[in-house]
Formats: sequence, structure tokens, C-alpha cells
Amino acid sequence: MITLTHVLALSGILFAIAVAGVFLNRKNVIVLLMCIELMLLAVNFNFVAFSRFNGDLGGQIFVFFILTVAAAEAAIGLAILVVLFRERRSIDVEDLDTLQG
Amino acid sequence: MFASILFVIFSIVLIGAALGVILARNPVHCALLLVLCFFNSAVIWLMLDAEFLGIVLVLVYVGAVMVLFLFVVMMLDIDTERFRKELAGYWPLAVAVAGFVVFAIINVIVVRNLGGADLKLAPALPPHYSNTRALGEVLFTRYAYPAQIAAVILLVASVAAIILTLRRRTGHKPQDIAAQVAVRAKDRVRLVKMASEKGP
Repeated sequence: MITLTHVLALSGILFAIAVAGVFLNRKNVIVLLMCIELMLLAVNFNFVAFSRFNGDLGGQIFVFFILTVAAAEAAIGLAILVVLFRERRSIDVEDLDTLQG
Repeated sequence: MFASILFVIFSIVLIGAALGVILARNPVHCALLLVLCFFNSAVIWLMLDAEFLGIVLVLVYVGAVMVLFLFVVMMLDIDTERFRKELAGYWPLAVAVAGFVVFAIINVIVVRNLGGADLKLAPALPPHYSNTRALGEVLFTRYAYPAQIAAVILLVASVAAIILTLRRRTGHKPQDIAAQVAVRAKDRVRLVKMASEKGP
């Protein structure tokens, strides 16, 4: 039987992997965006699990809104990425240091 | 029992695919492994009786967002050879932070026992329970205004994405259809009235 503990542990591991991915990938902004999607997925896992085990549908509604906002974020993020690549011919994170002065 | 075995199998595939996402050198492989992650998550959500969200995850994420990701990855010609060069010197920090996150969550779940909340067993669902119907009834009554706001956010996002990537080229001569349609004969032809010449 699946218990809340199992799902929470799974989502915790998933979140930790995504955080490690943000630290590891200093080369490619696209992979950073994918890591953010992975983090949102881990958070959604918590919402779905608590919604099921509490018997409250509010959690699933919230997941619905998170999916909406994440889709919007991915669209705008990728648009910014395309513009950035057009300007700089590179999406290397280490090249994006204009604000360092 | 059978459900537990399935849960373990899909969890292992999910974690393996997530590790692949952050470790693969080729961004296309990253995107495809992320698709695998989403499929496994959808299956686990189905097992948690969240059928609607499981299907939405596949439709919205795999069908739209990941296709967008793959499209952008393939449109930008990034030289993958450069990424292969180094795994960056940050891996001790990454392992430390990930370990801390896992430690904190294990602490909450196991040691603190979720603050004593008694959530071990999922409440039984009524016999003809439809997750989609129940979700719709809540979404369009209690959460009607948030749903409207979500729709506006999507609209703003799509407009913003189009405006951001709109390219205004200089130096070429496009047709201005509106100007062509709006033109009047008197703008183009000037009728000059003049006295006729006298013959010699």
C-alpha cells in the first residue's frame, strides 16, 4: 500500500536531484529551465499526495494552477532564451556576466 | 501489494530519469529524459487517484511544454562538444545541498513524524467517484475567480512570448497592405488643367 511517507520521500529525492542539477549545470540555460520544471514537479507531488491523504481537493486545484503558471513561465523563459541567443550567439551561463560590471 | 510494487518500479525509473536529466551532456537527451520523468509522474499520480491531473500532465507538459523545449534546443545550434568538456567544479556543493535537502525532508517525515498528523491511510473514495467531475465542481464554484486569473496569465504569457521574439528587420521593403488599400486616386494621379496650345 502506498503511504504518504513514500510519496513525500520520493518528492524530496526528486527535489534534491533538481537542486543539484541547478548547481551542476553551469553551461546551458535550457538545462537550468528543465531543472526548474523538475522542482515544480516535485512540489506538485507533495500537493497531490496531501490532497489525497487529507481528502481535500484544494491541493489538486492548486496543482492545476501551478501547471498553468509553469507553462507560462516555460513559454516566456524560452522566448527570452531565443532572444538572448540571437543577441549573444551563446546560452552559456558563464557568458552572462554583463551585470557583474 | 501489487500497487506497492508498481509504485517502487515507477519511482526508480523516475529517479533514474531525473538523474539522467541533470547528468546528460546532450540537451536533447535531457529533454527526452524529462519527458520520461513526466510520464512516470503521471502514472504515480494516477495511482494516487488524481486521474485528471495525470492526464493533464501528459497533455500539457509532454504535449506542449516539452515539445517547445525540444523545438528551442534544436533551433539553437549549441555546440555540445563545449558542454562535454567539464562537469564544472561545483559538484561537491551540489551533493552537499542535495544531501541537506534530503536530510531535512527525512527529518520532517521520519523523525518528526509529520508533526504527529495522522495521515497514514488515504480515505476511501465513494463507489462511483469521478475525479474529473469532483475537480470541475470545485474549480468552477469555489475557485472560479482564480481560474479566470490563470486564464489571463496564460494570455499575458502568450502575448509576451510573441512580442519578445518578434523580429523587426531593417533594410528590406515589405508591403504595407493597409496603406495600399487606403490609397486614393487623387494621391497618385494629379490632373492638371491647362489651356490648350494655340496652333501655329
